[in-house]
Formats: sequence, structure tokens, C-alpha cells
Amino acid sequence: MAGPRELPLKALHGRLGARMVPFAGWEMPVQYAPGVLREHLHTRAAAGLFDVSHMGQVLLRTASGQATDAARALEALVPADLVSLPEGRQRYAVFTNAAGGIEDDLMVANRGDHLFLIVNAARVEADLALLRAGLAGVGVTPVADRALLAIQGPAAEAALAALVPAAAAMRFMDVARPAWQGAELWVSRSGYTGEDGFEVSVPLSHAEALAEALLARPGVAPIGLGARDSLRLEAGLPLYGHDLDAATSPVEAGLDWSVGRARRDGGARTGGFPGAPRILAELAEGPVRRRVGLLPEGRAPMREGVAIFPDAEGGEAVGTVTSGGFAPSLDRPVAMGYVAAAFAAPGQTLWGELRGRRLPVTVTPLPFRPSTYKR
Amino acid sequence: MKYTEDHEWLRAEGDLVVVGITEYAAKELGDIVFVELPEPEAVVAKGDEVVVIESVKAASDILAPLDGEIVEVNEALAKNPGLVNEDPTGEGWFFKMRVDDLAALDDFMDEDDYAEHIG
Repeated sequence: MAGPRELPLKALHGRLGARMVPFAGWEMPVQYAPGVLREHLHTRAAAGLFDVSHMGQVLLRTASGQATDAARALEALVPADLVSLPEGRQRYAVFTNAAGGIEDDLMVANRGDHLFLIVNAARVEADLALLRAGLAGVGVTPVADRALLAIQGPAAEAALAALVPAAAAMRFMDVARPAWQGAELWVSRSGYTGEDGFEVSVPLSHAEALAEALLARPGVAPIGLGARDSLRLEAGLPLYGHDLDAATSPVEAGLDWSVGRARRDGGARTGGFPGAPRILAELAEGPVRRRVGLLPEGRAPMREGVAIFPDAEGGEAVGTVTSGGFAPSLDRPVAMGYVAAAFAAPGQTLWGELRGRRLPVTVTPLPFRPSTYKR
Repeated sequence: MKYTEDHEWLRAEGDLVVVGITEYAAKELGDIVFVELPEPEAVVAKGDEVVVIESVKAASDILAPLDGEIVEVNEALAKNPGLVNEDPTGEGWFFKMRVDDLAALDDFMDEDDYAEHIG
């Protein structure tokens, strides 16, 4: 079996002192010298630069040259309303399966004459297969010649705008294609940290120069995958393969907002996506379980797999932690997971079983920390 | 000071043995955010899981290096688990134990052996 794939910025990570680990088939920087805790806090206080080139970038085109036609076709695979997505805007969506579970989550951008998708690294091949089988008349092109950087945090706008002035005028979920040193950048004002910031797709020829130019701006430091995970956890953002999977519906996951009004009962294009009967029924009647925030009492982190009980002793589990750990900005452990709907109300006390002992947890709304998006 | 293959250090203090983790281990674990210590007076056997360390990345167990009795634990770690990163061989100690046979310490690695072990 081949080893993990190497990032285009591997040499830069080496110079920056990254510790590299295998993740989703790639060799990824998990942390730099300051470590996860400081990298996390730095991103919230100033700005972090993340190499997320492992993620999949895909273009969808139709013969008509109209993004709306590709959007209409893509609606056969996702419950989002993509037909109404304006040019220059991006929307969150999930690929669903016939059982109403989630195959992946993704971003979809309308770029006028085509759509641009960003999907999870571990799901690229599965997603491409889904797109090729499910979208008649749509050209599906994976983008192989670009890196993907994210710059996140309160100093992100100033850092990127110093190189690309147009970035400052963008709002949350806007997309644009400004030029930088002769290269076309594909910029979106979005991210995976709960912070204001941008994701920037850049040709491989300019990737290292762009990363270096951003790192040279005030307050910008390289941040690894470890802090990316704790940042998204505090922001209440689910991670595919952990908080989302093929058995979990978008309604259970608290992603019902990603099911467009036009795709719901009484909408202009009701249903028409895989698993619609389950998902529409759950929207009407409520799901059997829900993704919730869980605040463990005390200092012990509760991680993925911890069983959640309704009582301090005995009884059957009513849920499971799907992501959990220490939240540096809150200086306490936090977790998210699924609990039976009857136990999902904020303020509910439950018990997490940690090393044979049950410790109290409180159900709490997500996110743990309010996001700072520029809407 | 003596060392185990699991990156613990052992230091004789009178008839007690003080136990902690090495600088190498603390660095590998990353930022430590929680330490669960044993109850004082707990009787432990060599190889028992006596301490749980939670770093930002994962949970790890620390094993009792010898048979004996825990006589004191480092209460300061409850409030400030980061002491393990800041001063692993000093303020960041975990527990003191009374062992059945202090001479058993001789069976562990010395500093040179340990340096070779982590190579």
C-alpha cells in the first residue's frame, strides 16, 4: 500500500517545525512548536494560517454554461436549495443517502457559469463516484493543481486584504476570484473555526509564496490540525466520520437549516433528494435523537465514544459522545454527541461514563463559543 | 534518578519513591489539561494503571512502577495540570509511594540508558 500523500507545502511545514501525522490518507501538520493550546488561542486572538490542501476541490459544469443548471442537477443529491444560490455566494450542503443519512458535508459556490465544491479529504473518491453516477449531463472535474489555505481569526481580514484588497469587502459566505501576482485565487469568506476568515484556493505554482506572504503579515502564525479540531469543536461545527455519518440524518445532526425551504413540504421543489421521506418526516415530527453540546462537570475531558446515561447508576445509555476534548478558549472540557430527543433539552443533567465512573454532564446549546462571522 | 521504559522517572526520597514522567514524555503528550491521581493509601501492584493524563490530544495511563502503597499525591496538579509540561521532573511529580523493596530501583534504567532508549 502506498504511504500517505504529501502536501504541496511539505517543505514549508518542515521549515516551520511542524510535527507531521497521517490523516485521511495525507501527511498533515498536526502542530507546530507552540503546540495545540497556544495555536488555538493565537487563532482566536490574532490569525492562524492552516494548510487544508488535503480537502477535495471539484468543478461542476453543464453544456449550457449556466451554474443554475448544475445547481438544479446537484439538488438530486443534496437537500439544500441550490437553485436560489446567487452568483458569488457559497452554501453549506450535505450529500444524503437513501436511508436519509449523510454521505459527506460540503460547500457549494455559484461562480456564474459553473459550481465549485469543497468536500472532505477522506470522502473525495466516494463523492466523485456519487457525482458521476448521479448527475447526468454534468461534467465533474476534480481540481488537482491547486492548494487550499485557510486564514482565520480577527487579524485574517487585514492580512489577506494587504495582498488582495477585494477581500475586505466580502461578507460571510461570499466567493470571489481576485488575482494575486498573476495567479487567480479562489477566495471564500468562511472557515471551520467559528472565526471570521477566508479559505483560499491557489495554483500550486503560487501556493508557497502565498503562504509565506500571509505568514509575513502581522499576527499570522501557522496552525496545525490539532488546533483546527479544538477550534471547530468550540464552534459547535460537526466533523464528518465522527459527528456525521451514513446513519445520521441532517435533522438529527441539527443541520435542518441546510434543508432548503423550497425542498420541504409545501415548497416549490419538495423532496427529490435521497432519503427525503425520512428527512421530511423528521422535520415534521422531530428526530428520535439530537446532536447536542455537553458540558462535563469538573476538568476531565470526555472524548468520542463515552456513553451517556440518564442516571448516576444503572439504566440504559441514552446517547454517546461523538467529539470531545479540552476547549482552550473556555478553559474547560466540552463535548458534543447524540442523545435521545427526550433528554436533549438544554439544562438537562446526564451522566457520562468515564473509566467506569459516571460523571455529570449538562446538555447545552451549540456553539460553545459564539462565532464572529462578518455577515 | 531512574527511568522506566514507559517514560516515568523514579527518585528515592528517604524510604519513599517519587514518580513522574520525563521531559521527553511530557513533550510528546503535548499540553496536559487534566491529571487524575490515585487515592492516598491505595495499595498498588506493579503495572496497575494509577494515573490518567489527559493532553489536548489524548488520554494516557501511567502504570505503578513497583508494588507498594501510595502515600502522597501532588494535589497542585488538580488546579494546574500544566505543571507537568513546565517542570516534569520537579513541580510536576505525580505521587510518592512506599515500596516493599527499595533495592528494586536498581533494576531500572539510569540516565544514560534512558537517553539511549529514547534515542
